[in-house]
This record gives sequence, C-alpha cells and structure tokens, in this order.
Amino acid sequence: QLSETKMLSAQGFGDPGKMKDYHYTGPVEHKFSPYAFNGGTVLAVAGEDFAIVASDTRLSEGYSIHSRDSPKCYKLTDTTVIGCSGFHGDCLTLTKIIDARLKMYKHSNNKTMTSGAIAAMLSTILYGRRFFPYYVYNIIGGLDEEGKGAVYSFDPVGSYQRDTYKAGGSASAMLQPLLDNQIGFKNMEGVEQVPLTQDKAVQLVKDVFISAAERDVYTGDALRVCIITKEGINEQTIPLRKD
Amino acid sequence: IYLLKMNKYNTHTHTHIYMIYDYISNSASFCLPNHSTTVRRPFPLSHGTTTLGFIFQGGVIAAADTRASAGGLVACPAVHKITPIHSHLVVTSSGSGADCMLWERILTREIRLYQLRHRRRLSIRGTAKLLSFMLHPFKGTEVCVALTLCGWDKESGPKLIYVCSDGARLQGDIFSVGSGSPYAYGVLDGGLKWSLSKDEAISLAREAVFRATHRDAYSGNNVDLFHITAQGWSQRKREDLKEEYYRDMEKRSKDRRGKIKRE
Repeated sequence: QLSETKMLSAQGFGDPGKMKDYHYTGPVEHKFSPYAFNGGTVLAVAGEDFAIVASDTRLSEGYSIHSRDSPKCYKLTDTTVIGCSGFHGDCLTLTKIIDARLKMYKHSNNKTMTSGAIAAMLSTILYGRRFFPYYVYNIIGGLDEEGKGAVYSFDPVGSYQRDTYKAGGSASAMLQPLLDNQIGFKNMEGVEQVPLTQDKAVQLVKDVFISAAERDVYTGDALRVCIITKEGINEQTIPLRKD
Repeated sequence: IYLLKMNKYNTHTHTHIYMIYDYISNSASFCLPNHSTTVRRPFPLSHGTTTLGFIFQGGVIAAADTRASAGGLVACPAVHKITPIHSHLVVTSSGSGADCMLWERILTREIRLYQLRHRRRLSIRGTAKLLSFMLHPFKGTEVCVALTLCGWDKESGPKLIYVCSDGARLQGDIFSVGSGSPYAYGVLDGGLKWSLSKDEAISLAREAVFRATHRDAYSGNNVDLFHITAQGWSQRKREDLKEEYYRDMEKRSKDRRGKIKRE
C-alpha cells in the first residue's frame, strides 16, 4: 500500500518518528458509523445469598460529558438487575426489548423469568443481530432459583457464561485483574480463601470504582450500587470524581 | 416459540434453514450480510484457541484449552470449549465464541427434534452433515465456527468429524483446530499410536494442549479433557496449566542438576 512504502522510505532518514507526524496521507473518506462510544463501567459480584450490580453514572462522547446522572443498571425483575455499557442508544433499545420479552413470558407462562432464563434469552436476542450487533457489554446480576447469587456476563454478540464476578465497559481491563485477585484469590499464595460477605463485597465494589475513576477518563461522577437479596433490591448512590 | 413467531415463511420440517436465516436477520433489511454495506465494528470478538481430538484403541479423546481472547484482552479465562450434545457425542469448538455457543445450541435442538421425530438417534456422520448444511447459507459471512464432533456410534464405533463454517466436513483419526493447533499437531504426531492405553492417551492430550498454550498467546489457562467410549462420555477434572508449567520447570532443573553431577 502507498502509505507503507512512504513509511519505509521515511525510515531511511535518521528520525522516523518526526516524519510520521508530517506524513501526508491525502484525503481520507470517513464513512458514517452507526455506532458511538458512550463510556461507562459496569461491575457485578455474586455472593452466597446476594448479588451486587454496580455502575458509574457518567455518559460521555469523545471529549464531552452528556450527563453526570445516567446510571447503567436497569432493574428487570425483583431478583435480577442488568448492567449495560457501550453505546447508549443500543443500551436503551436492548433494555426495552428485554422488558417487552419479560412481559410476554409473564403473560404466556404465568411466572416471572428466572435469572438463568433471562441470560439465555438475552444470548439469543444478541445473536439475532449477529451481522449488525448491539454495541453493548451486558452483565446480569441476580439470584438463581436456589437463592444463590448469580452473575452472567455477555459479549456484544451473545456469548455468555455464568461467573462469580465480572467487570464490563471502558475500565473493565483495569478492574478485572483486581477482582481476580481480591475475590478469586488468584495469584496469591498462603491466603485463607474465605467466602465473601455482603458488607465486604459492597466496600470492595466502592473501592474498586474509586480506583477506576482515577485512571479511566470515561468513568466517574457517581456510583450506583444495586444490592439484590431475597428481601428485594436496595440501591445506593456514592459520589465519585467529577473531573 | 419465539422462533416460530418471527418466521414469516411456512415451516415444514425441511426448511429449517429458512427458519434459522430468518431468525438471524429478523428486523431491518440492512441486517442482511451484504459486503457493500457491512458496518465496521468498533470492538473485537472472542477468537483464538487450541482444541484437539484423536481416536485410539480405547475410544476418543477430546481436549481443549479454556481461554477466550477478544483482541489482546483475555475476555474469559474459564470458558467451556467442549460441550456434550448427548451421552455419546461431544463437540469441541473453535473460532468465534458466540457463533460456536449459539450453533451448538441450534445443533443440540435439531438432534433432539430428529430423535423425537424418528425414534432413533442420528449418527455422528448424519449430525456432521446436518450441521454442515445448516452452516452453508452463512458461508462468506463473518460466521466463524470450526467444530470437531467426537463421538461413538453404536453401529460404527468411534468417530471424529471436523465441520467448519467454510464448508469443510472431514472425517479423520486426529484433528487439532485453532491458533495453537500447529504446536498441538507436533506433539500428537510424535506420540500418537493406536495401541496407547487410556492413561497414556490422556497424558498425551494434556501434553499437547500444554505445549500449545505455552507457545500460542491466544491459548492458555486450563485444559479440559473428555474421554468417549461405548458407554458414553466422561469428563476429567479441569486442570490449571500454570501448575503444570512450574512442575515442568522443576523437572527440567532437576534433570540439569543430575547431568551436571554426573559430569
């Protein structure tokens, strides 16, 4: 390709770095992209008899912030919350579709969908758009039929798996290793592997998001935590860095 | 039930291809895979793996790593790449994670429907043909599945068939699929004999996956092993290859120390 040969000849001059900056590529056509990246991070943790779904509330695009109060957790049933981050337009449409499908199921089967069933259904909804995907990273947190905490994490086209903990969204690559270490006790030697209590899990989630807000520009403003237990869903809002 | 609702065509049993095609592209027309209007995706999907299968005197062994990578990130370190379809058939998957998961689900459903309609189980060869024909409409699109069906037929014994979304359908005695397959083939070709015992075959499969995960960046974490005989499949406990690597280093340094002492 033309640009590659120009790069190679530029390397002949002693300083390839500067040559790359002044390199002229000619007019470049920008095609319309139906996707936008609106940022945000979602996190879910499953405990023995509880589940936590947390997300930041910043909605950004490029260098601007559209809103400081746009949480990414959506309540689906009394025992299930979904966190969606990525392209906000697709998040809204996807949650509307899930709500509609939940109602349809309730009307035809006379019972509420379980967390596992919602996860399987979401997988097929996402794969239905295999060739023009929903640009959304989903994580479902809830209680399974036995009352134990369950977390299901998805990729944008519907591949999913049940986990104990998962981070998704813009700061996921930063948060996931921390969770692997603190909740999964990975890469640690000589530690007692105690199961996670609810208070410790909530505190960990708050600390982890504070760290994410420090290092990821798309995460910040406030943190919305939804704690799901058999008593119901309890929501808390904690302020984060606004810069 | 959702599938039937969305289907605009009349379904009879043999047009399930239309059912699936319609299921995939249900809403707007720009969803159809058309090269001139394909939308560039801003995110990478899960890819990259090492899976293998071989036949020996004691049945069929299927082994795979457990890493799902999305670009340079390990999206999940503990994926199940070997899925049982029924008591005598397991499928190892490679390629795009979502495609493999959903197509395995579709295959399981079609196999079960066949069993209920015809009151006998479909043979492994028939299953492979069915899968290959179901994937055919998606040839040329981005669907990327490379599955190895490892099973035991009552009539014809152990079977290993490779099916991929490009249209290949091959029967063989040894297959390895994925980005780490060259490394796995090297180990397997070196050690595979028909007369291996069950334990030798299992340790050969483990070794092949271990060496592949060591050299291939997109394979890693744990190894899953399945053994299929006339009685059905049995799964070996998932093993972390990190421990295996340290044990191997330990063994090598002991050998080296032994050699130096002798000299």
